[in-house]
Amino acid sequence: MEIIKTLFSYSFIMRAVIVGILVSLCSSVLGVSLVLKRYSMIGDGLSHVSFGALAIAAALNSSPLMVSVPIVVIAAFFLLKISKNSFLGGDAAIAIFSSSALAVGIVVTSMTSGINADICNYMFGSILAMSESDVYISVILSAIVLILYLLFYNRIFAITFDESFSRATGSRTDLYNMAVAVLTAITIVLGMRIMGALLISSLIIFPALSAMRICRFFRGVILCSAIISVLCFFTGIVLSYALEVPVGASVVLVNLAVFMLSSLRAKIKA
Amino acid sequence: MKEILTVKNLTLSYEGKNVLENINFDVQEGDFLVIFGENGSGKSTLIKALLNLKMPSKGKITLREGMRHCDIGYLPQAALLEQNFPASVWEVVLSGTLNKMGLKPFYTKKEKDIAKKNMELLSIYDLKRECFRNLSGGQKQRVLLARALCSANSLLLLDEPVSGLDPAATADFYEVICKINDAGTAVIMVSHDVHSSLSVAKHVLHIGAKTTIFFGTPHEYEIEQMGGR
Repeated sequence: MEIIKTLFSYSFIMRAVIVGILVSLCSSVLGVSLVLKRYSMIGDGLSHVSFGALAIAAALNSSPLMVSVPIVVIAAFFLLKISKNSFLGGDAAIAIFSSSALAVGIVVTSMTSGINADICNYMFGSILAMSESDVYISVILSAIVLILYLLFYNRIFAITFDESFSRATGSRTDLYNMAVAVLTAITIVLGMRIMGALLISSLIIFPALSAMRICRFFRGVILCSAIISVLCFFTGIVLSYALEVPVGASVVLVNLAVFMLSSLRAKIKA
Repeated sequence: MKEILTVKNLTLSYEGKNVLENINFDVQEGDFLVIFGENGSGKSTLIKALLNLKMPSKGKITLREGMRHCDIGYLPQAALLEQNFPASVWEVVLSGTLNKMGLKPFYTKKEKDIAKKNMELLSIYDLKRECFRNLSGGQKQRVLLARALCSANSLLLLDEPVSGLDPAATADFYEVICKINDAGTAVIMVSHDVHSSLSVAKHVLHIGAKTTIFFGTPHEYEIEQMGGR
Protein backbone atom coordinates (compact mmCIF):
# COMPACT_ATOMS: atom_id res chain seq x y z
CA MET A 1 0.00 0.00 0.00
CA GLU A 2 2.79 2.36 0.97
CA ILE A 3 4.47 1.69 -2.38
CA ILE A 4 1.31 2.51 -4.32
CA LYS A 5 0.96 5.78 -2.39
CA THR A 6 4.48 6.93 -3.18
CA LEU A 7 4.07 5.66 -6.73
CA PHE A 8 1.20 8.03 -7.38
CA SER A 9 3.02 10.99 -5.90
CA TYR A 10 5.22 11.08 -9.01
CA SER A 11 3.48 12.76 -11.90
CA PHE A 12 5.53 10.90 -14.53
CA ILE A 13 4.39 7.58 -13.08
CA MET A 14 0.79 8.79 -13.02
CA ARG A 15 1.13 9.62 -16.71
CA ALA A 16 2.57 6.21 -17.50
CA VAL A 17 -0.21 4.52 -15.50
CA ILE A 18 -2.98 6.43 -17.28
CA VAL A 19 -1.62 5.77 -20.76
CA GLY A 20 -0.61 2.22 -19.90
CA ILE A 21 -4.04 1.25 -18.63
CA LEU A 22 -5.76 2.69 -21.69
CA VAL A 23 -3.33 0.95 -24.02
CA SER A 24 -3.76 -2.32 -22.10
CA LEU A 25 -7.52 -2.04 -22.55
CA CYS A 26 -7.30 -1.39 -26.30
CA SER A 27 -4.69 -4.03 -26.99
CA SER A 28 -6.44 -6.72 -24.96
CA VAL A 29 -9.76 -6.44 -26.78
CA LEU A 30 -8.17 -6.19 -30.23
CA GLY A 31 -5.79 -9.00 -29.32
CA VAL A 32 -8.60 -11.55 -29.02
CA SER A 33 -9.51 -11.13 -32.69
CA LEU A 34 -5.89 -11.03 -33.82
CA VAL A 35 -5.00 -14.20 -31.95
CA LEU A 36 -8.09 -16.08 -33.14
CA LYS A 37 -7.55 -15.03 -36.74
CA ARG A 38 -3.86 -16.01 -36.51
CA TYR A 39 -2.80 -12.44 -37.09
CA SER A 40 -0.73 -12.09 -33.89
CA MET A 41 2.42 -11.61 -35.94
CA ILE A 42 0.93 -8.43 -37.37
CA GLY A 43 1.17 -6.89 -33.92
CA ASP A 44 4.81 -7.83 -33.76
CA GLY A 45 5.47 -6.45 -37.23
CA LEU A 46 3.74 -3.18 -36.41
CA SER A 47 5.80 -2.67 -33.27
CA HIS A 48 8.99 -2.92 -35.28
CA VAL A 49 7.66 -0.47 -37.85
CA SER A 50 6.73 1.79 -34.99
CA PHE A 51 10.34 1.66 -33.78
CA GLY A 52 11.55 2.77 -37.20
CA ALA A 53 8.98 5.55 -37.23
CA LEU A 54 10.02 6.82 -33.80
CA ALA A 55 13.65 6.88 -34.88
CA ILE A 56 12.71 8.97 -37.91
CA ALA A 57 10.61 11.29 -35.73
CA ALA A 58 13.54 11.78 -33.38
CA ALA A 59 15.87 12.48 -36.32
CA LEU A 60 13.46 15.08 -37.69
CA ASN A 61 13.05 16.52 -34.21
CA SER A 62 9.27 16.35 -34.46
CA SER A 63 6.55 15.01 -32.18
CA PRO A 64 6.92 11.23 -31.92
CA LEU A 65 3.19 10.46 -32.01
CA MET A 66 2.40 12.80 -34.89
CA VAL A 67 4.98 11.13 -37.11
CA SER A 68 4.60 7.51 -36.11
CA VAL A 69 0.79 7.20 -36.02
CA PRO A 70 0.37 7.80 -39.77
CA ILE A 71 3.44 5.73 -40.73
CA VAL A 72 2.30 2.74 -38.68
CA VAL A 73 -1.29 2.99 -39.91
CA ILE A 74 -0.01 2.82 -43.50
CA ALA A 75 2.20 -0.11 -42.53
CA ALA A 76 -0.87 -1.87 -41.12
CA PHE A 77 -2.49 -1.68 -44.57
CA PHE A 78 0.53 -3.30 -46.18
CA LEU A 79 1.01 -5.92 -43.45
CA LEU A 80 -2.58 -7.07 -43.82
CA LYS A 81 -2.15 -7.27 -47.60
CA ILE A 82 1.12 -9.19 -47.50
CA SER A 83 -0.03 -11.51 -44.74
CA LYS A 84 -2.44 -12.87 -47.33
CA ASN A 85 0.29 -13.05 -49.95
CA SER A 86 0.60 -16.65 -51.00
CA PHE A 87 3.83 -16.12 -52.92
CA LEU A 88 5.97 -15.13 -49.92
CA GLY A 89 3.90 -16.79 -47.22
CA GLY A 90 2.36 -14.53 -44.58
CA ASP A 91 4.74 -15.22 -41.72
CA ALA A 92 7.88 -14.86 -43.82
CA ALA A 93 6.56 -11.64 -45.37
CA ILE A 94 5.93 -10.14 -41.93
CA ALA A 95 9.39 -11.18 -40.74
CA ILE A 96 11.00 -9.42 -43.70
CA PHE A 97 8.88 -6.35 -43.07
CA SER A 98 9.70 -6.13 -39.35
CA SER A 99 13.43 -6.62 -39.56
CA SER A 100 13.70 -4.13 -42.41
CA ALA A 101 11.78 -1.52 -40.42
CA LEU A 102 14.00 -2.16 -37.40
CA ALA A 103 17.11 -1.82 -39.56
CA VAL A 104 15.90 1.48 -41.02
CA GLY A 105 15.31 2.77 -37.50
CA ILE A 106 18.79 1.79 -36.33
CA VAL A 107 20.50 3.29 -39.40
CA VAL A 108 18.59 6.55 -39.07
CA THR A 109 19.48 6.95 -35.39
CA SER A 110 23.10 6.01 -35.75
CA MET A 111 23.45 8.58 -38.55
CA THR A 112 21.88 11.35 -36.44
CA SER A 113 22.19 11.04 -32.68
CA GLY A 114 24.03 7.73 -32.51
CA ILE A 115 22.96 4.66 -30.60
CA ASN A 116 22.17 6.02 -27.17
CA ALA A 117 19.87 5.71 -24.20
CA ASP A 118 16.89 6.81 -26.33
CA ILE A 119 17.25 3.78 -28.57
CA CYS A 120 17.47 1.57 -25.54
CA ASN A 121 14.24 3.12 -24.23
CA TYR A 122 12.47 2.55 -27.53
CA MET A 123 13.56 -1.08 -27.55
CA PHE A 124 12.72 -1.97 -23.98
CA GLY A 125 10.40 0.80 -22.87
CA SER A 126 10.64 3.48 -20.24
CA ILE A 127 8.36 4.76 -17.56
CA LEU A 128 9.66 8.27 -18.21
CA ALA A 129 8.54 8.31 -21.83
CA MET A 130 5.26 10.20 -21.56
CA SER A 131 5.12 13.98 -21.71
CA GLU A 132 1.96 15.84 -20.76
CA SER A 133 0.93 16.44 -24.37
CA ASP A 134 1.54 12.77 -25.16
CA VAL A 135 -0.93 11.89 -22.42
CA TYR A 136 -3.63 14.09 -23.98
CA ILE A 137 -3.10 12.60 -27.45
CA SER A 138 -3.02 9.08 -26.01
CA VAL A 139 -6.23 9.54 -24.03
CA ILE A 140 -8.06 10.89 -27.08
CA LEU A 141 -6.76 8.23 -29.46
CA SER A 142 -7.39 5.31 -27.14
CA ALA A 143 -10.90 6.59 -26.44
CA ILE A 144 -11.48 6.62 -30.19
CA VAL A 145 -10.11 3.06 -30.49
CA LEU A 146 -12.36 1.81 -27.69
CA ILE A 147 -15.47 3.53 -29.02
CA LEU A 148 -14.92 2.24 -32.56
CA TYR A 149 -14.28 -1.24 -31.21
CA LEU A 150 -17.54 -1.11 -29.29
CA LEU A 151 -19.50 0.09 -32.33
CA PHE A 152 -17.96 -2.60 -34.55
CA TYR A 153 -18.05 -5.29 -31.85
CA ASN A 154 -20.77 -7.49 -33.39
CA ARG A 155 -19.23 -7.24 -36.85
CA ILE A 156 -15.78 -8.00 -35.49
CA PHE A 157 -17.20 -11.09 -33.80
CA ALA A 158 -18.80 -12.21 -37.06
CA ILE A 159 -15.69 -11.83 -39.22
CA THR A 160 -13.47 -13.37 -36.56
CA PHE A 161 -15.75 -16.37 -36.20
CA ASP A 162 -16.45 -17.02 -39.87
CA GLU A 163 -15.13 -14.66 -42.50
CA SER A 164 -16.50 -16.59 -45.48
CA PHE A 165 -20.05 -16.47 -44.10
CA SER A 166 -19.78 -12.75 -43.41
CA ARG A 167 -18.47 -12.07 -46.89
CA ALA A 168 -21.16 -14.24 -48.46
CA THR A 169 -23.93 -12.44 -46.62
CA GLY A 170 -22.70 -9.08 -47.81
CA SER A 171 -20.50 -7.78 -44.99
CA ARG A 172 -17.56 -5.70 -46.07
CA THR A 173 -15.04 -7.98 -44.43
CA ASP A 174 -12.02 -6.24 -45.92
CA LEU A 175 -13.17 -3.00 -44.36
CA TYR A 176 -13.51 -4.55 -40.90
CA ASN A 177 -10.20 -6.40 -41.16
CA MET A 178 -8.60 -3.12 -42.08
CA ALA A 179 -10.34 -1.37 -39.19
CA VAL A 180 -8.94 -3.93 -36.74
CA ALA A 181 -5.44 -3.53 -38.22
CA VAL A 182 -5.58 0.27 -38.08
CA LEU A 183 -6.89 0.30 -34.50
CA THR A 184 -4.10 -2.11 -33.57
CA ALA A 185 -1.56 0.15 -35.24
CA ILE A 186 -2.70 3.16 -33.22
CA THR A 187 -2.68 1.15 -29.99
CA ILE A 188 0.84 -0.10 -30.61
CA VAL A 189 2.22 3.35 -31.31
CA LEU A 190 0.65 4.67 -28.11
CA GLY A 191 1.96 1.88 -25.93
CA MET A 192 5.33 1.36 -27.51
CA ARG A 193 7.34 3.93 -25.63
CA ILE A 194 6.25 2.60 -22.25
CA MET A 195 6.45 -1.10 -23.15
CA GLY A 196 9.23 -1.03 -25.74
CA ALA A 197 9.22 -2.17 -29.36
CA LEU A 198 10.34 -5.66 -28.48
CA LEU A 199 7.76 -6.17 -25.75
CA ILE A 200 4.57 -4.37 -26.83
CA SER A 201 3.18 -7.28 -28.85
CA SER A 202 2.91 -9.29 -25.63
CA LEU A 203 0.16 -6.88 -24.50
CA ILE A 204 -1.83 -8.02 -27.53
CA ILE A 205 -1.20 -11.72 -27.25
CA PHE A 206 -0.93 -12.65 -23.56
CA PRO A 207 -4.23 -11.36 -22.12
CA ALA A 208 -6.19 -12.86 -25.03
CA LEU A 209 -4.55 -16.27 -24.58
CA SER A 210 -5.09 -16.25 -20.81
CA ALA A 211 -8.72 -15.17 -21.17
CA MET A 212 -9.39 -17.90 -23.73
CA ARG A 213 -8.32 -20.44 -21.14
CA ILE A 214 -10.73 -19.05 -18.57
CA CYS A 215 -13.89 -18.05 -20.47
CA ARG A 216 -15.93 -19.97 -23.02
CA PHE A 217 -17.93 -17.24 -24.76
CA PHE A 218 -16.64 -14.47 -26.98
CA ARG A 219 -18.01 -11.65 -24.85
CA GLY A 220 -16.65 -13.29 -21.72
CA VAL A 221 -13.24 -13.65 -23.33
CA ILE A 222 -13.20 -9.97 -24.34
CA LEU A 223 -14.17 -8.76 -20.85
CA CYS A 224 -11.82 -11.17 -19.13
CA SER A 225 -8.96 -10.22 -21.44
CA ALA A 226 -9.52 -6.53 -20.65
CA ILE A 227 -9.56 -7.13 -16.89
CA ILE A 228 -6.47 -9.36 -16.97
CA SER A 229 -4.61 -6.87 -19.12
CA VAL A 230 -5.31 -3.86 -16.88
CA LEU A 231 -4.54 -5.76 -13.67
CA CYS A 232 -1.31 -7.15 -15.10
CA PHE A 233 -0.22 -3.74 -16.27
CA PHE A 234 -0.89 -2.20 -12.89
CA THR A 235 0.85 -5.00 -10.99
CA GLY A 236 3.71 -4.81 -13.46
CA ILE A 237 4.25 -1.12 -12.96
CA VAL A 238 4.15 -1.44 -9.15
CA LEU A 239 6.68 -4.28 -9.28
CA SER A 240 8.86 -2.38 -11.67
CA TYR A 241 9.00 0.50 -9.19
CA ALA A 242 9.52 -1.73 -6.16
CA LEU A 243 12.21 -3.93 -7.74
CA GLU A 244 13.71 -1.19 -9.92
CA VAL A 245 13.40 -3.11 -13.19
CA PRO A 246 12.20 -1.74 -16.57
CA VAL A 247 8.43 -1.48 -16.67
CA GLY A 248 7.92 -3.28 -20.02
CA ALA A 249 9.71 -6.41 -18.89
CA SER A 250 7.96 -6.57 -15.55
CA VAL A 251 4.51 -6.21 -17.18
CA VAL A 252 5.36 -9.05 -19.59
CA LEU A 253 6.50 -11.31 -16.75
CA VAL A 254 3.31 -10.65 -14.76
CA ASN A 255 1.32 -11.52 -17.90
CA LEU A 256 3.36 -14.69 -18.31
CA ALA A 257 2.59 -15.70 -14.72
CA VAL A 258 -1.15 -15.16 -15.27
CA PHE A 259 -0.99 -17.10 -18.52
CA MET A 260 0.71 -20.05 -16.81
CA LEU A 261 -1.81 -20.01 -13.96
CA SER A 262 -4.76 -19.94 -16.35
CA SER A 263 -3.27 -22.75 -18.45
CA LEU A 264 -2.75 -24.78 -15.30
CA ARG A 265 -6.36 -24.15 -14.26
CA ALA A 266 -7.60 -25.25 -17.69
CA LYS A 267 -5.45 -28.40 -17.49
CA ILE A 268 -6.78 -29.29 -14.04
CA LYS A 269 -10.38 -28.73 -15.09
CA ALA A 270 -10.00 -30.82 -18.25
CA MET B 1 -43.99 -21.75 -59.77
CA LYS B 2 -41.75 -18.73 -59.92
CA GLU B 3 -38.03 -18.78 -60.43
CA ILE B 4 -36.00 -17.24 -57.66
CA LEU B 5 -32.66 -17.87 -59.30
CA THR B 6 -31.79 -18.34 -62.95
CA VAL B 7 -28.36 -19.20 -64.27
CA LYS B 8 -27.93 -18.67 -67.97
CA ASN B 9 -24.93 -19.61 -70.14
CA LEU B 10 -22.66 -19.11 -67.15
CA THR B 11 -18.92 -19.35 -67.76
CA LEU B 12 -16.47 -18.92 -64.88
CA SER B 13 -12.74 -18.67 -65.25
CA TYR B 14 -9.52 -18.11 -63.34
CA GLU B 15 -6.74 -16.22 -65.08
CA GLY B 16 -8.22 -16.78 -68.51
CA LYS B 17 -8.76 -20.52 -68.02
CA ASN B 18 -12.37 -21.65 -67.95
CA VAL B 19 -13.30 -23.67 -64.90
CA LEU B 20 -16.95 -23.97 -65.86
CA GLU B 21 -18.51 -23.39 -69.26
CA ASN B 22 -22.04 -22.74 -70.36
CA ILE B 23 -23.90 -23.76 -67.21
CA ASN B 24 -27.70 -23.44 -67.28
CA PHE B 25 -30.14 -24.14 -64.49
CA ASP B 26 -32.80 -22.49 -62.40
CA VAL B 27 -34.21 -22.72 -58.90
CA GLN B 28 -37.95 -22.42 -58.31
CA GLU B 29 -39.71 -21.22 -55.20
CA GLY B 30 -39.65 -24.04 -52.67
CA ASP B 31 -37.23 -26.04 -54.83
CA PHE B 32 -34.57 -28.43 -53.54
CA LEU B 33 -31.64 -28.55 -55.93
CA VAL B 34 -28.72 -30.87 -55.30
CA ILE B 35 -25.46 -30.19 -57.13
CA PHE B 36 -23.11 -33.13 -57.71
CA GLY B 37 -19.65 -32.99 -59.13
CA GLU B 38 -16.30 -34.67 -58.65
CA ASN B 39 -13.50 -32.90 -56.81
CA GLY B 40 -12.12 -30.15 -58.99
CA SER B 41 -15.24 -29.99 -61.15
CA GLY B 42 -15.75 -26.34 -60.20
CA LYS B 43 -18.42 -26.73 -57.53
CA SER B 44 -16.81 -24.27 -55.13
CA THR B 45 -16.29 -21.77 -57.94
CA LEU B 46 -19.99 -22.07 -58.77
CA ILE B 47 -20.85 -21.42 -55.11
CA LYS B 48 -18.67 -18.32 -55.11
CA ALA B 49 -20.42 -17.08 -58.22
CA LEU B 50 -23.86 -17.65 -56.67
CA LEU B 51 -22.77 -15.66 -53.63
CA ASN B 52 -21.43 -12.90 -55.86
CA LEU B 53 -17.86 -13.44 -54.64
CA LYS B 54 -16.73 -14.26 -58.18
CA MET B 55 -17.68 -12.42 -61.35
CA PRO B 56 -18.89 -14.51 -64.31
CA SER B 57 -16.72 -14.12 -67.39
CA LYS B 58 -19.77 -14.87 -69.54
CA GLY B 59 -23.46 -15.44 -68.93
CA LYS B 60 -25.69 -14.25 -66.15
CA ILE B 61 -27.03 -15.12 -62.71
CA THR B 62 -30.41 -13.49 -62.15
CA LEU B 63 -32.19 -13.35 -58.83
CA ARG B 64 -35.87 -12.78 -58.29
CA GLU B 65 -36.71 -9.11 -58.31
CA GLY B 66 -35.91 -7.37 -55.04
CA MET B 67 -33.55 -10.10 -53.90
CA ARG B 68 -29.82 -9.47 -53.45
CA HIS B 69 -26.99 -11.98 -53.41
CA CYS B 70 -26.50 -11.38 -49.71
CA ASP B 71 -30.10 -12.56 -49.19
CA ILE B 72 -28.92 -16.10 -49.88
CA GLY B 73 -28.44 -17.93 -46.59
CA TYR B 74 -25.08 -19.67 -46.68
CA LEU B 75 -23.88 -22.71 -44.78
CA PRO B 76 -20.12 -23.00 -45.27
CA GLN B 77 -18.22 -26.23 -44.73
CA ALA B 78 -17.96 -26.60 -40.97
CA ALA B 79 -14.47 -28.07 -41.19
CA LEU B 80 -13.12 -24.70 -42.28
CA LEU B 81 -13.99 -23.04 -38.97
CA GLU B 82 -11.44 -22.44 -36.22
CA GLN B 83 -11.86 -25.40 -33.87
CA ASN B 84 -11.09 -23.67 -30.59
CA PHE B 85 -13.17 -20.57 -31.03
CA PRO B 86 -14.76 -19.38 -27.79
CA ALA B 87 -18.37 -18.50 -28.66
CA SER B 88 -21.82 -19.29 -27.33
CA VAL B 89 -24.47 -20.77 -29.61
CA TRP B 90 -26.48 -17.60 -29.07
CA GLU B 91 -23.61 -15.38 -30.24
CA VAL B 92 -23.17 -17.48 -33.37
CA VAL B 93 -26.85 -17.54 -34.37
CA LEU B 94 -27.35 -13.83 -33.68
CA SER B 95 -24.46 -12.94 -35.96
CA GLY B 96 -26.58 -14.23 -38.86
CA THR B 97 -28.88 -11.23 -38.54
CA LEU B 98 -26.08 -8.69 -39.12
CA ASN B 99 -26.64 -8.39 -42.88
CA LYS B 100 -30.09 -6.93 -42.30
CA MET B 101 -29.02 -4.40 -39.69
CA GLY B 102 -27.66 -1.72 -42.00
CA LEU B 103 -25.55 0.70 -39.99
CA LYS B 104 -27.10 -0.16 -36.65
CA PRO B 105 -24.25 -1.21 -34.33
CA PHE B 106 -26.11 -3.32 -31.74
CA TYR B 107 -28.72 -6.09 -31.76
CA THR B 108 -32.23 -5.06 -30.82
CA LYS B 109 -35.29 -7.08 -29.85
CA LYS B 110 -36.09 -7.62 -33.54
CA GLU B 111 -32.82 -9.47 -34.22
CA LYS B 112 -33.10 -11.46 -31.00
CA ASP B 113 -36.61 -12.55 -31.93
CA ILE B 114 -35.44 -13.73 -35.37
CA ALA B 115 -32.62 -15.72 -33.77
CA LYS B 116 -34.94 -17.22 -31.17
CA LYS B 117 -37.53 -18.20 -33.79
CA ASN B 118 -34.98 -20.00 -35.96
CA MET B 119 -33.40 -21.75 -33.00
CA GLU B 120 -36.80 -23.02 -31.92
CA LEU B 121 -37.50 -24.18 -35.48
CA LEU B 122 -34.32 -26.29 -35.37
CA SER B 123 -34.94 -27.29 -31.73
CA ILE B 124 -31.67 -25.90 -30.47
CA TYR B 125 -33.00 -23.12 -28.26
CA ASP B 126 -32.02 -25.08 -25.17
CA LEU B 127 -28.41 -25.04 -26.39
CA LYS B 128 -28.41 -21.23 -26.29
CA ARG B 129 -25.88 -21.00 -23.46
CA GLU B 130 -23.67 -23.83 -24.67
CA CYS B 131 -20.19 -23.30 -26.00
CA PHE B 132 -20.15 -23.80 -29.77
CA ARG B 133 -16.85 -25.71 -29.85
CA ASN B 134 -18.14 -28.35 -27.41
CA LEU B 135 -21.12 -29.35 -29.56
CA SER B 136 -21.30 -32.51 -31.64
CA GLY B 137 -20.92 -32.28 -35.42
CA GLY B 138 -24.67 -32.57 -35.98
CA GLN B 139 -25.48 -29.90 -33.40
CA LYS B 140 -22.91 -27.57 -34.93
CA GLN B 141 -24.57 -27.94 -38.32
CA ARG B 142 -27.95 -27.08 -36.81
CA VAL B 143 -26.49 -23.97 -35.20
CA LEU B 144 -24.90 -22.86 -38.46
CA LEU B 145 -28.15 -23.60 -40.24
CA ALA B 146 -30.03 -21.41 -37.77
CA ARG B 147 -27.49 -18.66 -38.44
CA ALA B 148 -28.02 -19.07 -42.20
CA LEU B 149 -31.81 -18.87 -41.73
CA CYS B 150 -31.38 -15.64 -39.77
CA SER B 151 -29.66 -14.06 -42.74
CA ALA B 152 -32.19 -15.29 -45.31
CA ASN B 153 -35.30 -17.37 -45.51
CA SER B 154 -36.17 -17.63 -49.18
CA LEU B 155 -33.04 -19.43 -50.41
CA LEU B 156 -30.37 -21.45 -48.62
CA LEU B 157 -27.05 -22.55 -50.09
CA LEU B 158 -25.44 -25.51 -48.32
CA ASP B 159 -21.85 -26.48 -49.04
CA GLU B 160 -21.19 -30.18 -48.31
CA PRO B 161 -23.37 -30.04 -45.19
CA VAL B 162 -23.11 -33.72 -44.23
CA SER B 163 -19.43 -34.34 -44.83
CA GLY B 164 -17.88 -35.44 -41.56
CA LEU B 165 -21.20 -36.38 -39.97
CA ASP B 166 -21.96 -39.94 -38.87
CA PRO B 167 -24.94 -41.75 -40.50
CA ALA B 168 -27.33 -40.92 -37.64
CA ALA B 169 -26.41 -37.23 -37.69
CA THR B 170 -26.65 -37.22 -41.49
CA ALA B 171 -30.19 -38.64 -41.43
CA ASP B 172 -31.08 -36.14 -38.74
CA PHE B 173 -29.69 -33.28 -40.80
CA TYR B 174 -31.67 -34.31 -43.90
CA GLU B 175 -34.81 -34.44 -41.79
CA VAL B 176 -34.22 -30.89 -40.56
CA ILE B 177 -33.42 -29.55 -43.99
CA CYS B 178 -36.55 -31.16 -45.48
CA LYS B 179 -38.60 -29.55 -42.74
CA ILE B 180 -37.19 -26.15 -43.67
CA ASN B 181 -37.78 -26.87 -47.34
CA ASP B 182 -41.37 -27.92 -46.69
CA ALA B 183 -41.91 -24.65 -44.88
CA GLY B 184 -41.16 -22.87 -48.16
CA THR B 185 -37.44 -22.14 -48.19
CA ALA B 186 -35.71 -23.12 -51.44
CA VAL B 187 -32.49 -25.08 -50.93
CA ILE B 188 -29.38 -25.53 -53.05
CA MET B 189 -27.14 -28.23 -51.65
CA VAL B 190 -23.71 -29.17 -52.93
CA SER B 191 -23.01 -32.76 -52.00
CA HIS B 192 -20.80 -35.78 -52.42
CA ASP B 193 -23.40 -38.04 -50.97
CA VAL B 194 -25.28 -38.98 -54.16
CA HIS B 195 -27.39 -41.80 -52.78
CA SER B 196 -29.16 -40.20 -49.84
CA SER B 197 -29.37 -36.71 -51.31
CA LEU B 198 -31.33 -38.09 -54.29
CA SER B 199 -34.08 -39.03 -51.86
CA VAL B 200 -34.52 -35.44 -50.70
CA ALA B 201 -33.84 -33.60 -53.96
CA LYS B 202 -36.47 -32.15 -56.27
CA HIS B 203 -33.92 -31.31 -58.96
CA VAL B 204 -30.39 -32.49 -59.67
CA LEU B 205 -27.52 -30.68 -61.36
CA HIS B 206 -24.49 -32.78 -62.19
CA ILE B 207 -21.44 -30.88 -63.33
CA GLY B 208 -18.23 -32.38 -64.64
CA ALA B 209 -15.64 -31.82 -67.32
CA LYS B 210 -16.31 -28.09 -67.02
CA THR B 211 -19.95 -28.21 -67.99
CA THR B 212 -23.42 -29.52 -67.23
CA ILE B 213 -23.66 -33.30 -67.51
CA PHE B 214 -27.22 -33.43 -66.31
CA PHE B 215 -30.00 -31.17 -65.11
CA GLY B 216 -33.44 -32.51 -64.27
CA THR B 217 -35.40 -34.38 -61.65
CA PRO B 218 -33.88 -37.14 -59.46
CA HIS B 219 -36.03 -39.72 -61.23
CA GLU B 220 -34.74 -38.77 -64.67
CA TYR B 221 -31.23 -38.71 -63.22
CA GLU B 222 -31.48 -42.26 -61.92
CA ILE B 223 -32.75 -43.48 -65.29
CA GLU B 224 -29.93 -41.75 -67.08
CA GLN B 225 -27.34 -43.14 -64.67
CA MET B 226 -28.63 -46.67 -65.28
CA GLY B 227 -28.68 -46.13 -69.03
CA GLY B 228 -25.12 -44.86 -68.81
CA ARG B 229 -23.99 -48.16 -67.37
